[in-house]
Amino acid sequence: MEEQRITKHPILNRREGKKIHFSFQGKTLDAYENEVIASALFAHGIHCFGKHAKDDSFQGIFCANGQCAQCLVLADGIPVKSCVTPVHEGMKVEFMEGHAPLPEDDTPVAAGKIEEIAVDVLVVGGGPAGLSATMEMAKYGVSILIADDKQSLGGKLSLQTHNFFGSTRECYAGTRGIDIGEHLAQSVMQYPNVTVWLESPVVGVFVDGKVGIMHKQDYCLVKPKVMLVAAGARERNLTFSGCDLPGVYGAGAFQTLVNRDLILAAKRLFIVGGGNVGLIAAYHALQAGIEVVGLVEAMKECGGYKVHLDKIKRLGVPVFTSHTILKAHGKDQLDKVTIAAVNDKFQAIPGTEKSFSVDTLLVAVGLASVNELLLKAWEYGLKAYGAGDADIVAEASAAMFSGKITARHILQDMGMTVFIPEEWKSMVETLRNRPGKLHKKASSPEQKLYPNIFCLQEIPCNPCTDVCPMNSISTEDHSLMGIPQFQDKCIGCGRCVSICPGLAITLVDKGYDPEGKTALVTLPWEIGEDILKPGETVITCKLEGEELGKGKVIAIKNSSWQDRRKFLLVEVPAEEADMVAGIRMPLLEKPPKAEQAQEPGLKDEEIIVCRCQRITKKDIVDLIKDGTRDMNSIKATLGCCMGPCGGKTCEELSMKIFREQGIEPRQIAKHVVRPFTQEVPLKAFLGKE
Amino acid sequence: METYDVIVIGAGSVGSPTSYFLAKNGLKVLCLEQFPSSGQGQNKAAIGGVRATHSDPAKIKICQKSLEIFSQWKDLTGTDIGWKKGGYCFPVYEDREEKILKGLLPIQKKYNLNIDWIDAEKMKEVIPGINPERLRGGTLSPDDGQVSPLKAINSFVHEAQKKGAKFLFQSKVVALKTDQSRIVSIETEKERFSAGIIINAAGSEASEVCKMVALDIPVNPDCHEAGISAPIAPFLDPLVVDLRPGVEGKTANFYFGQNSEGQIIFCYTPQPPILGTNRHSTSEFMPIIARRLVDLIPRFKNLTIRRVWRGLYPMTPDGVAIVGKAPKIENFYLGIGMCGQGFMMGPGVGANLASLVTQGKSLLEEDVFKLLSPSRDFYAKKEILK
Repeated sequence: MEEQRITKHPILNRREGKKIHFSFQGKTLDAYENEVIASALFAHGIHCFGKHAKDDSFQGIFCANGQCAQCLVLADGIPVKSCVTPVHEGMKVEFMEGHAPLPEDDTPVAAGKIEEIAVDVLVVGGGPAGLSATMEMAKYGVSILIADDKQSLGGKLSLQTHNFFGSTRECYAGTRGIDIGEHLAQSVMQYPNVTVWLESPVVGVFVDGKVGIMHKQDYCLVKPKVMLVAAGARERNLTFSGCDLPGVYGAGAFQTLVNRDLILAAKRLFIVGGGNVGLIAAYHALQAGIEVVGLVEAMKECGGYKVHLDKIKRLGVPVFTSHTILKAHGKDQLDKVTIAAVNDKFQAIPGTEKSFSVDTLLVAVGLASVNELLLKAWEYGLKAYGAGDADIVAEASAAMFSGKITARHILQDMGMTVFIPEEWKSMVETLRNRPGKLHKKASSPEQKLYPNIFCLQEIPCNPCTDVCPMNSISTEDHSLMGIPQFQDKCIGCGRCVSICPGLAITLVDKGYDPEGKTALVTLPWEIGEDILKPGETVITCKLEGEELGKGKVIAIKNSSWQDRRKFLLVEVPAEEADMVAGIRMPLLEKPPKAEQAQEPGLKDEEIIVCRCQRITKKDIVDLIKDGTRDMNSIKATLGCCMGPCGGKTCEELSMKIFREQGIEPRQIAKHVVRPFTQEVPLKAFLGKE
Repeated sequence: METYDVIVIGAGSVGSPTSYFLAKNGLKVLCLEQFPSSGQGQNKAAIGGVRATHSDPAKIKICQKSLEIFSQWKDLTGTDIGWKKGGYCFPVYEDREEKILKGLLPIQKKYNLNIDWIDAEKMKEVIPGINPERLRGGTLSPDDGQVSPLKAINSFVHEAQKKGAKFLFQSKVVALKTDQSRIVSIETEKERFSAGIIINAAGSEASEVCKMVALDIPVNPDCHEAGISAPIAPFLDPLVVDLRPGVEGKTANFYFGQNSEGQIIFCYTPQPPILGTNRHSTSEFMPIIARRLVDLIPRFKNLTIRRVWRGLYPMTPDGVAIVGKAPKIENFYLGIGMCGQGFMMGPGVGANLASLVTQGKSLLEEDVFKLLSPSRDFYAKKEILK
């Protein structure tokens, strides 16, 4: 089988490095050195990793983040999470079936010692918030340890191939997430008082003020004066029939496989959720050459930025608003999804069911703070702060700012005289803003050459206003949330086209055709240059993806302002030029085929809520109907929250079921969270020899 | 003011089965619990071992009753509470432990405990992978076992409710009003009730409840930590107790077993005891227990640890539970001071208290039951297999 790797990507470089060999079920396969087992298996088209001990249900990737244990495999006889365990030369990987026997290795273990260190500040998570905070604190000489569970710094920035929104001056707007992450990482590494531990998840906070960290293979105890939790967010989840099938997973997991590991994780993809995460995932999939068969959003409108939505609609992704996912079908992995329209109460309307064949379904229904360490630290009386998504879920630009502000709070707490500028506070509020009002598009100017701006929704973003060498683009009162307007001179440099994170600016040149019949429209293009050729005819689209007409590709040019975004020059009829906002992606010119489907009503006993312990919705509903109002009782009776993930998905889903049953959150006792935040090999507690 | 035949204070390891047996005897029972559901005190901290292997005859008898109840529970109710009859095993490496355990065999056998000394070879079969160096053998009591405390307590409550017992949660008892030598009413923050009989099964807070009627009963909690692994294929039948004090100087002994789900669940007795009611996990526990586990069974090095927690052992000065009619107050009964064995003792205590209330006498011989008496001298002796 051909390797399922992405070898051409418009933004990312192809993966290079030494190849090694490992085996899966006795068959020799290759992998890149340091590649995690899950990605190496995906690269060979293996998506199903095991069977659950309780009911033999098939298991595969779910979080791709070391948080759950759905991707367990046996590696050299030991169960490991394949998504975080690097494969090594000669590793024997096996399908996980039932509980593994404890290897009969009876050699004694020599005495060891656990390293204990003291630091001023322990930063949990080296993403946008943690890195920004570290930079701010490092200047003041405090000793900082950043513990991050990944192989490199940057957090989720490392997965974001798109240009960031926000303010150019304050938070790198117009720069790609991957590049921001890289820049922040390099900046913090310059400080001698900053220590970075990679592949080092923080696993527990204890009442004696010590924090347990798995520093690679070694368990260490760190005693910080202050702990800053900048651990980001985890994906919220959804329960539906088949939600636990291999092939159904989070958009974050998808980005990890595709954008970090350059794995062609899917061929045909469906997405649930029209927030920014879902919309961006669709775009990332298209960049990777994956067909996006559709996206459902239960609300009447998608909640993400309109520019993100319009962008994927123009490329040809069908977006079904007021629709929900009913069922994921398949035996050992997903092969079909069924969706349906919903009424005002978000209930599926019988008769509106449609099915699509797909191999992957992404769930992108929002994010929740990873704050259990923070809450525990507070409970135990440790000095601790939260920043970024671990504090309030918002865009990465807001996380960077919140990191800076929190850093100053910590410095103040340590007795230093630092101030927190008022404008920082207002900036973080602005960056956290939900999209605001929609405006009408301004009429085109009476000139031959001008930028055509399709950015009509108030969002915190201003790179186009900063980048124009003629200062011809501005927002009202220079507000970050304002709608950019063009006025005055345009020299056709295309900087605005190449920087706009929303890909919402084109350049119209009506002087192109001396006869005035056609015009040349320059479109931003970052889907891959080899899928279009000069001379080819493409379908042009209006703002929201409505087909407009035909255009001819004149050229695909590099932009000198943005290394990985191209200018796509398309010749269109002059009268259509102002309406051309984009083109259909050739892959999506024909809409995907939907089958009419009939789904019987959802059965609660079919829906898995706790994937670790295989607890169904019916199990939980029965307890609630029986009078249970305590998550701890659900935990005790059913085993929810007591699996390897410790309730990271099922607690919230259970709370949702409570609400569905008419029980208010205040009536429900929350479950008690205990160490460890993820499972730890016992060996680690024996210390280093 | 609502009136009941019996009011039980606490829906924990003792109060829940007690309520069940009282309701089963046809009494109108109310159980008051401060937490939002049953077992949220120390029950959920229990590791679930159930043994009749004790040195005190009363505890042997009480736990034999518990074992009978736990082992038959699934047949009786249809609910799986994770019962696993794997026995209890005390491996021995040193003279001290051999003397203690062998010295107890006569009295244990006298009270019909199925227990025997096994040699090192047999011990290696019973505990696969046990460190063989200087292993002398040890005791095995095959009729002991394990149960899931969480599942069991929920089932007791459920079955008690089916028999008419009423459970009120988030109802912390704040006052017991007496008239001369009788409790006439019992008050929570919200309500007042009365009952012919009040049973104190308040676990780690039992002393406070006794103080409400001016009784000074010494039940003082100390803190123990415990943990559990990810499941592995079944390989270990018995719950294992290693009575040796740890070389690290911080453990008096330690114990562990593999539960019906395949998880290894473990705990140690801190030396010196950590008095108080702190239930927060420490960074010290896992490194200490990990070392003890692999020193005894080296293959445990490949276990994966899932979770740790801390619970309280409501201790009495002599290490023996306090069960029976309270002194001075004529309608007050106690099922307290379980010394960390409330879960294994609970059903036996419940059955005996129910008998005491309804029949006027316990299920045990009088001189045996007397060993648990609330009126005894708590400082006279000390239980050995605590």
